Amino acid sequence: MRFHFKTDYDQDIRLFEDGWTFSLYAALLVLALALPLMIDPFFLGEATNVLIWAIAGLGLMLLTGQTGQVSLGHSAFMALGCYSCVLMMEANVPFVVAFLLAGVITGVVGALIAIPALKLHGVYLAIATLALAILADDIIVLLKEWTDGVNGKMSPPIDLFGYEISRWNNPIEWYYLTLAVVLMVTLFYRNLLRAPLGRAFAAVRDSEISAQAMGVNVAQTKTIAFGISCAITGLGGALMGLFAGAFNNETFNFLLSIQLLMMIVVGGLGFIHGAFLGAVVIAFLPQVLSMTTDLFGRGVAIPGLESGVFGVILILFILFEPMGLYGRWLKIRTFLELFPFARKDMFKRQKSYLKTERLR
Amino acid sequence: MEVLQLLISGLANGCVYGLIALGFVLIYKATEAVNFAQGDFMMLGAFVTLGLVNPEYAGIPFWLALPLVFVIMGVLGYLLDIVVLRAVFGQSQVAVIIVTIALGFVIRFAVGEIWGHEPQSLRSPLALGDVRIGELVLGLADIAVIIVTLIMTFLLWQFFQRTKMGLAMQAASQNQMAAYYMGIPVKRIQGMVWALAGIVAAVAGILYASKGALDPTAGFIGIKAFAAAVIGGFGSLPGALLGGLIVGVIEPFASRYLPPGWSQIAPYALLIAVLLFRPHGLFAQVRAKKV
Repeated sequence: MRFHFKTDYDQDIRLFEDGWTFSLYAALLVLALALPLMIDPFFLGEATNVLIWAIAGLGLMLLTGQTGQVSLGHSAFMALGCYSCVLMMEANVPFVVAFLLAGVITGVVGALIAIPALKLHGVYLAIATLALAILADDIIVLLKEWTDGVNGKMSPPIDLFGYEISRWNNPIEWYYLTLAVVLMVTLFYRNLLRAPLGRAFAAVRDSEISAQAMGVNVAQTKTIAFGISCAITGLGGALMGLFAGAFNNETFNFLLSIQLLMMIVVGGLGFIHGAFLGAVVIAFLPQVLSMTTDLFGRGVAIPGLESGVFGVILILFILFEPMGLYGRWLKIRTFLELFPFARKDMFKRQKSYLKTERLR
Repeated sequence: MEVLQLLISGLANGCVYGLIALGFVLIYKATEAVNFAQGDFMMLGAFVTLGLVNPEYAGIPFWLALPLVFVIMGVLGYLLDIVVLRAVFGQSQVAVIIVTIALGFVIRFAVGEIWGHEPQSLRSPLALGDVRIGELVLGLADIAVIIVTLIMTFLLWQFFQRTKMGLAMQAASQNQMAAYYMGIPVKRIQGMVWALAGIVAAVAGILYASKGALDPTAGFIGIKAFAAAVIGGFGSLPGALLGGLIVGVIEPFASRYLPPGWSQIAPYALLIAVLLFRPHGLFAQVRAKKV
């Protein structure tokens, strides 16, 4: 257990708590940078996949984990980010500009959609966004002239300052590109949480009424949260489409947003680490499953196995570890740090009673 | 004539949506949770019936199997509540939404493993074939579906208005703690609601399967039932049925008169329009609290 002797108010909101935490994350960064030297291109591709999922997950985490709004429609914003990025690249906009603009476009559209949608609460918001995700699928088909409908689009090679990056020829560069985006997004996210806006997010999540009482403009905060969340998810979607090589309306169907939501819950709602841990689970689960089914001699793929197993995992998490993988790690760490003084009830939640939403 | 034809088939579809929506509303009314797996419940109920009735499986006569199906689905609903949902009792709605979505995945997987993924048809006494009245071709199944649904809705409505249990369910929904104080066994009541929702889902499933082929992805029509429930105003039983009928009727007309591609959008577009302009549905249940 480390104790901090605080001599400065800034210490409370520092990016890194102390030198030790900083060195841990620095070590992690060095490890991530050195990863291509250690593993072969196949696993490097998987690592890239994990990072892309993590970016999309961070977007949803900002909305669900920090601001407390459920969205089942983030696949629509992934699609928007992806299509706008690729369309701009096809119009010979440089990649960096197209990529960032795609994020901005997605964010603005998300914020515009959020204005009416966020009048809705809890369940209604979830259903409205679910409808949005289903609509997006159909709209992509309808906008054939731009999106090529069900035939889908091939993603163009990325031209980064005159240096061409394609997934198959240079996976290492792809990995670094994704890592750079991850770093950018994570730093932005972390800093946002330290800023007044991030505090406002948490206030809205914990209690809208008390947030209002503290002078937070709830509607505005939620709209901004939705916009930023969509922008980040849009970046993730753009990377996912470019990485996949080809994509159509099916790539971004509504099951993707459910997967995204499940991913952040398994990882740990409200923690940046949670998005990454969840991404690891969701990216490697198919591999693990196919290895296990091979082991049991059922060579043919079992349809629906993946989502079935994921469903079971999710239910178990909500029942036994609602704080997710990262929450479990926090508990273990606290236990070790305080040993032998950790008590069982340290993370116990307060009992709460439900009141109807229909009377307010 | 064509309009009438479209109307009746739309109404019959709408009844199935309406019944699934009733399931949502039941659970929502009593536990303030939304069961995103209700569509999959419906599919499960249909498959359980199919497994009991069809000659290639158990081959029990339909009317004997029916109570058995209700018991199975009721017990299943009750068990789900005890094992899974009671653990998230009183937690935020996010947890409930996610748990029920996950349940849907699990049910779909289990059904696919047990009964296979091929479309199958139920030997239902409601599947009676067609009758011709002049130019009109009516599926008798469609009419039967409409009648059964009306009866179901009436019974449920009376149940909530008149019986002690129904009132207790409403009380438990409006304020859990106050309901506890009034001596209502809130937990048991919630279990009963889930059981009831399971039975309603079984009815919906049987009606759905009487109208056509059945496969494990049938549960996805639950999403349209969502639209129905929201349009009707979550929390209102007649509203859910009406919403179901609206969605059901819009679909055939949209696919007849709108260019292809636009017709699938119609129910969801309506849903979003309703959410924007009347966020609490046609039969709004939200009232300002009197202080």
